[in-house]
Amino acid sequence: MKSLAELQALRDKMQAQMGIRREEELSTRIVVGMATCGIAAGARPVLAAFTDEISKRRLTDVAVVQTGCVGICQYEPVVEVYRPGEEKVTYVKMTADKVARVVADHIVNGNVVTEFTIGALK
Amino acid sequence: MTELSLHVLDIAQNSVSAGASLIEIEVAIDTRGDRMTISVTDNGKGMDGRTARLAQDPFYTTRTTRKVGLGIPLFKMSALMSGGSFKLEGRPGEGTRIEAVFGYSHIDRLPLGDMAQTMAALIAGSPNIDFVYRLSKDGRDFALDTREMRAVLADIPLSTPEVLEFVRRQIAGASEDIVQT
Repeated sequence: MKSLAELQALRDKMQAQMGIRREEELSTRIVVGMATCGIAAGARPVLAAFTDEISKRRLTDVAVVQTGCVGICQYEPVVEVYRPGEEKVTYVKMTADKVARVVADHIVNGNVVTEFTIGALK
Repeated sequence: MTELSLHVLDIAQNSVSAGASLIEIEVAIDTRGDRMTISVTDNGKGMDGRTARLAQDPFYTTRTTRKVGLGIPLFKMSALMSGGSFKLEGRPGEGTRIEAVFGYSHIDRLPLGDMAQTMAALIAGSPNIDFVYRLSKDGRDFALDTREMRAVLADIPLSTPEVLEFVRRQIAGASEDIVQT
């Protein structure tokens, strides 16, 4: 593989930051449904948007993870947010455009974006 | 599915569920033969011939939550729709291989789409599994192998945002160089 040198440089840069990162515990989990139903409905750009937004804001205590089918395929892309001491929040019909708001309002400031949740569906 | 890369993402999740430690994904374009071949090969738990046949039926699934399993049938449909073919082979205990052949210039062939995002999503989702991605077109080729990356990265996980960004950049660059010329 070409460009392993580039990766080496990346490693050296990251190793310097690693020490700090490990100390922190992950407090929030963002779970994106990535089964056939989720992928077909557009989960991949949603996942990428969460990863980008979390990394842009340097939220090192937030984990973006993937799961299979949650069982509500008609509402995909589905994203569940788990925060310590709070009930699980389920966001439905997510898009990459909605991600910035969920991260800013909910993940950073603790205010659930109610209009995007499953409870707001009629 | 609107892109073949989304099928690949979906199909490779089956390999993850099958307990694979190595998943190899290959996209080979042969313009002279007007063929594009996509294969996903894993070393997971594999399957017997009967299961391999059943898995191509949308009303078969090993899950217990519901009665359908659409990933493989949809991928097969995409291949056949473009005048191609589809093969699913497995050996219990050894692994599974899916090979889908597409008519490259066929009007109903879906675009390959964003393989960079697909590989980044797979690696992010299973940073402890090794992935190989190979792309070739008429003899020009590119390969990304997480085993080589791991050797360089040492204790830095593959799921680190900077590493995923590196993966995306590598694959996007290669796709531009190889596929779009």
